[in-house]
Amino acid sequence: MAEELIPHLFRTEYRKIVSVLGKRFGFDQLEVAEDIVSDTFFIAAKTWGLKGHVPANPTAWLYNVAKNKAVNYLEHTQLFDHKIAPELKREPRSSEETDIDLSPQNINDSQLQMMFTVCHPSIPVEAQIGLSLRILCGFGIDEIADAFLADKDTINKRLFRAKQKLREENVKIGLPGPVELESRLQTVLRTIYLLFNEGYYSVSHNTTLRKDVCVEAIRLCHMLVENASTNKPDVNALLSLMCFHASRFDARLDENGEQILYEEQDTTRWDTDLIRRGEYFLNLSASGNKLSKYHVEAAIGYWHTIKDDTSEKWESILNHYNQLLIIEYSPIAALNRTWAISKVHGREAAIAEAKKLEQLTDNHFYFALLGELYTGIDNHEALQNLQTAFDMAKTTSDKNTIKKKIDKLVV
Amino acid sequence: MKEFLLIYRRDAQSDTIQISPEQIQAMMKPWQDWMGGLAAQNKLVDRGNRLAGDGSVVKPNNVVTNGPYVELKEAIGGYSIVKAKDLKEASELAKGCPILAVGGTVEVRTIVAMEN
Repeated sequence: MAEELIPHLFRTEYRKIVSVLGKRFGFDQLEVAEDIVSDTFFIAAKTWGLKGHVPANPTAWLYNVAKNKAVNYLEHTQLFDHKIAPELKREPRSSEETDIDLSPQNINDSQLQMMFTVCHPSIPVEAQIGLSLRILCGFGIDEIADAFLADKDTINKRLFRAKQKLREENVKIGLPGPVELESRLQTVLRTIYLLFNEGYYSVSHNTTLRKDVCVEAIRLCHMLVENASTNKPDVNALLSLMCFHASRFDARLDENGEQILYEEQDTTRWDTDLIRRGEYFLNLSASGNKLSKYHVEAAIGYWHTIKDDTSEKWESILNHYNQLLIIEYSPIAALNRTWAISKVHGREAAIAEAKKLEQLTDNHFYFALLGELYTGIDNHEALQNLQTAFDMAKTTSDKNTIKKKIDKLVV
Repeated sequence: MKEFLLIYRRDAQSDTIQISPEQIQAMMKPWQDWMGGLAAQNKLVDRGNRLAGDGSVVKPNNVVTNGPYVELKEAIGGYSIVKAKDLKEASELAKGCPILAVGGTVEVRTIVAMEN
């Protein structure tokens, strides 16, 4: 039983204790906090396994052990400080000084504050995502390496450098002041958004891991929504769009973890519960006068949850892609807009628009799209484009998807 | 890539005609489609703004006149910034502008960056 329970508890409790201890010790002592919590889990694995039974309240057991270790650490460092600073007046030591508050409220506050620390603009975005996975989501280094398709060494170095930089910048664990909050919140939102994409679009075949990453991104965003000072319209919009996308998570991957295209998905496998949650947060996002890219993407996500292939659906999607591109260019939005044009104005119109996208001729998705658009109109042209896409594609998964289209065309 | 200012000019008279929100919506759609197309090519730098019909012109000796268009047929209705490799390509981009469909014009000007 312990073998199943401990990884589960690690995922849910590691991040909570690390945040509380990290907050209590200060960011410069974050590694001590991480060590204490890792140690706590190590002891749990040993004791629970040895005794052959798990305590009645395993979480409380973990909190107690971590708390004792943290208090010990604090007392030791305090003793040390007192010795090397003898000029300090002897003050009666209050129990508050070494108290470790693992109440739900403090756990929540500490995690929220840690989120702003980890998503600090002074470190690169990959490092923000890596630290988020480690400290905010309790992922193991091997899991992070798997999600990024990198080796453990690279990830370790990346996290080490990021923590070093945050220490150099003297970044505190805490919510930014009201003036800074809006811009810092944007960095946090971007990291959550990219974290979600990492799970959703990752080429890793570890479907469970990818889903976990998406679930974690949703959980982090949910924490922002539950806190009054960060519960902003664009936060709700981001949460909504992730719910809509996640609703198709199971339907879009086959048993080998390969992608099933939107048009070919079994819509009965769409998660209606997540769709409803997406609608709920989309409604909450509709206040204020700022239209963020998350709002527009949430609206696109909403229309994709409508099963009927109506003209209203695709006209709306096309309009929103126009809006989205005007706010911020991205290759994927440019390609998706072209696909929406084919649904609204027909394939010839879409081909004409696609031809203007010269900047995407180094992107295999561009040629895959052209191949798709030419299919049935000019199969020779379609085949050539698909072949180009196949040659350019780097992952087996992408190559397989294109190969299937080529096979259909050749038959 | 250089940046170019697109200046949209149209009949000054059309400002005085009352239009409904639905009409505005219908008028905006071709703009959105066109700008979406520019943005999809990653050539839209700034969608810019529309300009209201009223305005004034300040002339030497502190002479201020209301409305610059008394003697002009066309007034500036808005502007955007695009990027293109040369003036020719920028003009090519302007060809799809919806203002042309209502008899307006687009002036395309090369932006010269300030060198501090």
